[in-house]
Amino acid sequence: MTYIQLDYNDLILPAFLVVMNGALSLALQLRLEWQLALASVRMVVQLVLVGYVLTFLFAAVSPFWTALAALAMVLFASREITVRQKRRLQGLWTYGLGVGCTLLAAGIVTTLSLLTQLRPEPWYHPRYALPLLGMILGNTMTGVSLGLDVLVNGVVRERAAVESSLALGATRYQALLPVVRDALRSGFMPTINGMAAIGLVSLPGMMTGQILAGVEPVDAVKYQLLIMFLIAGGTGLGTLAAVLGGVRLLTDHRHRLRLDRIANEKLA
Amino acid sequence: MLTVSALRRLHVSASFELIDGECVALQGPSGVGKSLLLRAIADLDPNEGTVTLDGIPRETVPAPAWRKLVTYVAAEPGWWADTVQEHFADWERAVALAERLALPSSCGTWPISRLSTGEKQRLGLLRALVLRSRVLLLDEPTSALDAASTASVEAIVADRVSTGTSVMWSTHNGAQARRVGSRLFTMASGQIEEHSL
Repeated sequence: MTYIQLDYNDLILPAFLVVMNGALSLALQLRLEWQLALASVRMVVQLVLVGYVLTFLFAAVSPFWTALAALAMVLFASREITVRQKRRLQGLWTYGLGVGCTLLAAGIVTTLSLLTQLRPEPWYHPRYALPLLGMILGNTMTGVSLGLDVLVNGVVRERAAVESSLALGATRYQALLPVVRDALRSGFMPTINGMAAIGLVSLPGMMTGQILAGVEPVDAVKYQLLIMFLIAGGTGLGTLAAVLGGVRLLTDHRHRLRLDRIANEKLA
Repeated sequence: MLTVSALRRLHVSASFELIDGECVALQGPSGVGKSLLLRAIADLDPNEGTVTLDGIPRETVPAPAWRKLVTYVAAEPGWWADTVQEHFADWERAVALAERLALPSSCGTWPISRLSTGEKQRLGLLRALVLRSRVLLLDEPTSALDAASTASVEAIVADRVSTGTSVMWSTHNGAQARRVGSRLFTMASGQIEEHSL
């Protein structure tokens, strides 16, 4: 297994493509040059740092450091879920639901694959655990944030319908079912679209990376299939948990709609 | 009998009794809290106080079951499906009542998006009538209706009252309050005051 190693000098020429984008922005007065510059600097700093952090973690092979890195990834994912919400839940639940659901889904699916399919030695080996968690987390995060966003906005928009249904004796789950279905569909859709397009429209990054690193394409495909199954499972589990958790938070034990639990939501 | 004791929701507080087969009219300026009171009785919003039906405390009854017994009908009802009949568990049972509300039997297949405000209001009431609730809490149920439709709503509710249903009817129309109610509650600053009719 061989791969063509790059040094930092090899990156200078491709970086000029980004500089070209900045020049285009200036020429066409798109006003994107500062955003582009900032995003580029952030990307370089973040990736170089993560390279050193992963080198340390892979050398240490410590359950403590691996767990700490995994926790940091989950917390960043949760923050990302929160900032993507148009309307947010109040108090600790703003972060709690996102952390809980991404941790639950990505944690279960990653651990399952480490213990039953990949079986590295030790099972928590960061070379396997962290990249797997990262890929599952990224997709679960998208599903959870889309699902929650559609749920909360749907409940606000369909308030009259939900309350009419409740007033006629529906349970909170019956009354919110149309909104829940929309939320779950939205959460699952990016994964379903990704699965349908993979191999035809897009070659996934992990598979491409393995091929560039010298792995036989058929072997790289097997890894990619494993990842896609894990992503589908993690996204489904995380989105379902987040949406059902959201339903419980947006209602109470007397099956009342509690829009007062949404930050900045004015009530009649 | 519905008993409401020291019920509080935001600035609204009320205590009263509603006996079986009685219709009480509720009047008061817009924003005074009539809808808040009716919704609180149906337990649709967090509230304090004691509400009982035939001596049974509301808290001992599961909320969905309570709302099938004590049903709130909003002035602007909401819709969660595409056609009228999808909002009814048994549309065939509702057809006879629909015709009494001057709605044709074919209205079951009507799309919700094409209903007028008055049709929505009558169909919203119809959804509650098919439940055969013990208590109906009607929030301006004829505010979007013409005289003929208003008369049909008043007649069908009067029939229910004559068979023992208790009704609390919120209205801005003083003549209607006198027509439908055996007692009148007026509301000011969140408090209710009783008047005889």
